[in-house]
Amino acid sequence: MPAPAVVAENLRKRYGETQALDGLDLTVAPGAVHGLLGPNGAGKTTAVRVLTTLLRPDSGHASVAGCDVLRQPADVRQKIGLVGQNAAVDELLSGRQNLVMFGRLYHLGVAAARRRADELLERFRLADTGGKPVSKYSGGMRRRLDLAAGLIMAPAVLFLDEPTTGLDPRGRNDVWDAVRSLAAGGTTVVLTTQYLEEADQLAGRISVIDHGRVIAEGTPDSLKRQIGADRIDVVVRHTADVPAAAALLARVAGATAETLPEQRRVSAPVRDRMAALAALVPALTAEGIDAEDVVLRRPTLDEVFLQLTDKKEVVA
Amino acid sequence: MTALRWAVADGWTVTLRDLTHKANQPVQLVINLLFSVMVLLMFSYLFGGAMDVPGGNYQEFLVPGVLALTMVFGIEAMFTAVSTDVNRGVTDRFRSMPMAPSAVVLGRCAADMIDAVLALTALVAAGLAIGWEWHNGLPSALAAFGLLLLLRLAMLWMGIYLGLVLRNPEAVMALQILVWPLGFLSNAFVSPGTMPGWLGAIAEWNPLSATAAATRELFGNPGWGGDSSILLAVGWPVLLIAVFCPLAIRRYRDLSR
Ligand SMILES: Nc1ncnc2c1ncn2[C@@H]1O[C@H](COP(=O)(O)OP(=O)(O)OP(=O)(O)O)[C@@H](O)[C@H]1O
Ligand SMILES: [Mg+2]
Repeated sequence: MPAPAVVAENLRKRYGETQALDGLDLTVAPGAVHGLLGPNGAGKTTAVRVLTTLLRPDSGHASVAGCDVLRQPADVRQKIGLVGQNAAVDELLSGRQNLVMFGRLYHLGVAAARRRADELLERFRLADTGGKPVSKYSGGMRRRLDLAAGLIMAPAVLFLDEPTTGLDPRGRNDVWDAVRSLAAGGTTVVLTTQYLEEADQLAGRISVIDHGRVIAEGTPDSLKRQIGADRIDVVVRHTADVPAAAALLARVAGATAETLPEQRRVSAPVRDRMAALAALVPALTAEGIDAEDVVLRRPTLDEVFLQLTDKKEVVA
Repeated sequence: MTALRWAVADGWTVTLRDLTHKANQPVQLVINLLFSVMVLLMFSYLFGGAMDVPGGNYQEFLVPGVLALTMVFGIEAMFTAVSTDVNRGVTDRFRSMPMAPSAVVLGRCAADMIDAVLALTALVAAGLAIGWEWHNGLPSALAAFGLLLLLRLAMLWMGIYLGLVLRNPEAVMALQILVWPLGFLSNAFVSPGTMPGWLGAIAEWNPLSATAAATRELFGNPGWGGDSSILLAVGWPVLLIAVFCPLAIRRYRDLSR
């Protein structure tokens, strides 16, 4: 087995009363895309800051691309790219001037830095606006520029902290495409996100983080299997039908159904999506339940967390 | 050796960044230059008639004062630049890159010193136009400019330190307001001897006063200068740098706490 690209062992970091990292462990295989999934305040940014040499942990060890983040920070910085949670670009420079400056600070020659800047502007659909000052950019344009700056050197390990927060669907797709093409080129990517869907789309493995520690880890599929995978919802037209619909759904799905009477909605986890749907629709008609809508959907992050915090320490 | 070469190259990249800021905002640049010139002209024409300076006219007295005051304004520009970079995460990006950490600060200092030379040039031109001149020859005049730039450097290190400590935008406003009393509580515009006792004492000890008095001496302009003013004009900035440079470096390291 090749040496891991990222290793973190028992990282701890305390801010006053807040234990931001509480014994975080992480192993990322080289070339993998690894998702750190967690709600606000889970410790994702703190973990990324430790791994990118910006923050010293109170205790624990970490290494990135074979270099210790505490003892060889300069070597780590040679090998990483960072796209932080807030767009870290110079407002008073144009997009192109930003990229050329960062390229020069990565020790590219003037011509090479300019060439790279133009390539990246093209790739992130900023070629037209590359000459404008960043203070005139929209949030999404800033974000894309920020990402471009993180990719100047084609780093061995790229850290992305909530890279698609605040982007429109097209901008989000740009980021996803960039991540996929980097991964195809062998770059290891560690990305944090609050969106299960994003982790699902991009990551080969996911670590679910809460209160500064990993509470579940695995491939998206294995995690979803653990969590109860997809859900099926039935919305009925009359509130009076809710109990009957719940009983029916529980029978079809083989699991307890939750009821939300005020929304006239019942919901249950399913394993075999098609079979459940095929059985459910005729049964609704047969029992004379007037259904307004039947929805097959992924669990929301809320549901995942409720599940996971119920039964701690899932290892899938 | 190569490490040093890269540190210099990185510093120069940062200097270019700051010069590009100015080139991108030409109006701002002109306004900044005009501002000090305007202060000079305003005081010269408003108070020139009312002021009695022993052994010379008020213009001769005023120009070195405004030169020194303009050097003090450097604190504000540096403070704003440093706190903006920290708040926007640009400092974090620099810190995550394989560049020399010293380059961030030294590059900015270099850019600001260029700025200071520009400001001095504009003021000297305006000063010459209203009848000010230096009387002790070019070497003394150059020594005076050297003292002014030394004061600027001390202000830059204070600005760096304050920018790292006080990060919120309101602090920028507060500092902008506080720089003015610091400027007036000095011998830049009037003799501290005319101020109430304790204010006069503060004004006498203001580092700005030391530099203004010493430059007056070197230019051969009139003043109420003390005896040791050149020594003070070297000593004050050196002391400030000796205090704030290590503090700022420590603060910068503490960003990783
Ligand atoms: N510099 C700091 N000073 C004090 N507390 C901090 C600091 N940075 C983070 N924290 C606290 O540490 C905890 C973890 O924060 P962190 O930013 O790592 O969370 P996150 O998972 O990135 O959250 P989000 O999704 O909101 O970005 C939070 O409770 C936060 O308030
Ligand atoms: Mg965060």
